[in-house]
Amino acid sequence: MNLTLKIWRQSDADKKGKIVDYKINDVSPDMSFLDMLDMLNEQLNNKGEEPVAFDHDCREGICGSCSLQINGEPHGPDRLITTCQLHMRTFKDGDTIFIEPFRANAFPVIKDLVVDRSSFDRIQHAGGFISVNTSGNTIDANAIPVNKHDADTAFDAATCIGCGACVAACKNASAMLFVSAKVSQFALLPQGRVEATDRVMNMVRQMDEEGFGNCTNTGACEIECPKGISLENIARMNREYLSASMKG
Amino acid sequence: MSGTLKSSIAKKVAMALSGLFLVIFLAQHFFINFTSVFSADTFNELSHFMGTNPVVQYVAQPILIFGVLFHFIMGFVLEIQNRNARKIAYAKYNGGANSTWMSRNMIYSGGFILIFLVIHFIDFWVPEISIKFIEGDMSGLDAAGNYRYYDHVVHAFEPLWRTALYVVGFVFLALHLLHGFQSSFQSVGFNNKYSKALKGFTTAYAIIIPLGFIFIALYHHLN
Repeated sequence: MNLTLKIWRQSDADKKGKIVDYKINDVSPDMSFLDMLDMLNEQLNNKGEEPVAFDHDCREGICGSCSLQINGEPHGPDRLITTCQLHMRTFKDGDTIFIEPFRANAFPVIKDLVVDRSSFDRIQHAGGFISVNTSGNTIDANAIPVNKHDADTAFDAATCIGCGACVAACKNASAMLFVSAKVSQFALLPQGRVEATDRVMNMVRQMDEEGFGNCTNTGACEIECPKGISLENIARMNREYLSASMKG
Repeated sequence: MSGTLKSSIAKKVAMALSGLFLVIFLAQHFFINFTSVFSADTFNELSHFMGTNPVVQYVAQPILIFGVLFHFIMGFVLEIQNRNARKIAYAKYNGGANSTWMSRNMIYSGGFILIFLVIHFIDFWVPEISIKFIEGDMSGLDAAGNYRYYDHVVHAFEPLWRTALYVVGFVFLALHLLHGFQSSFQSVGFNNKYSKALKGFTTAYAIIIPLGFIFIALYHHLN
């Protein structure tokens, strides 16, 4: 396959970026999208040009490192996969592919396609945990019965890998799907109920402070989420927040 | 509690509740208007009651005006905040792949509804308020001693341009409701096994009520 790539290039956070066109030939349909970018970078290196910086790590869809807005969609046009699981057979010979960083003020560009997603870490630090005293008397989590439905729903929420596709897809750059998944995975379990009020209040406050937009229920996040995190989590977070507000 | 009212969730809940209130008002408005199709007398009597009843005029009406203004102002404030959350736009953004046109363009459908509402107020509300509360004539009667409400409606829809404008206004209302009505339940935390049925109801409402308003406008124009 021969392709035209339109890639966002930005030398560092303070410089202005722009879309730069690259031609790439002999791309195998069996390559992953990141393999294709590796191939481009090899060619750029050979020509003495600066390779394109992009995030990646596990390359098997579980770490949440890879990002990329591909032809206007986070992780590309396929569903329930990350960019590293996207393969070039999704595209056709002669295609033009736009490759941009995940865009949001709360995700500033570090270089080229690499963005700083530490705002997600700060939201997690604000409440995405349970406090367990390691005094030696800690009760085994399995000793507390949890009904199957709640356990499964909590686990579904916990599959969020924090990649930021929800923010990238949302026209408002809202982080509600991510935050709601993190709130839900604890809210549904007895261990998480103890700090539920503070958790939702603190995580939502941090989310707002980071400068993410407001949710308008377009549902784009749910469609684009590589882990299929459901909008039900946002409804649950809204309920948790309203109930916590009444108490607080 | 006061601090939490500024949060993104509190704002979306406020948008949802004001929207739901306006949806209920819309149904009431529709059923009164619809009487004009089959009974001028019923329409006149209901209009006179609504226009002169102190509870409607001094309690419900101010709440309604507040609800409308709140919904519009908050809508614009949220839109500005949301646009500011992504200052550098994508070179290519394929919103159609993951969301409906209606859900992405609520500000435009809402903006057109605002323009329509201003015209609607000038057409019907301002003349009524002027006669009742400035001239002090609470009788609801015209010079010939008959109720003026039905005649006012019939005359208003004589020109094609106004009828067409109202039809377009109701189309935008339908587009706005198609997303807004069902979305308001998600905002207040309602998303469960009944949501699919609820979406069916809200979709039907979003189509039937504006279509009904269009029917009333066309009926009076053609008759």
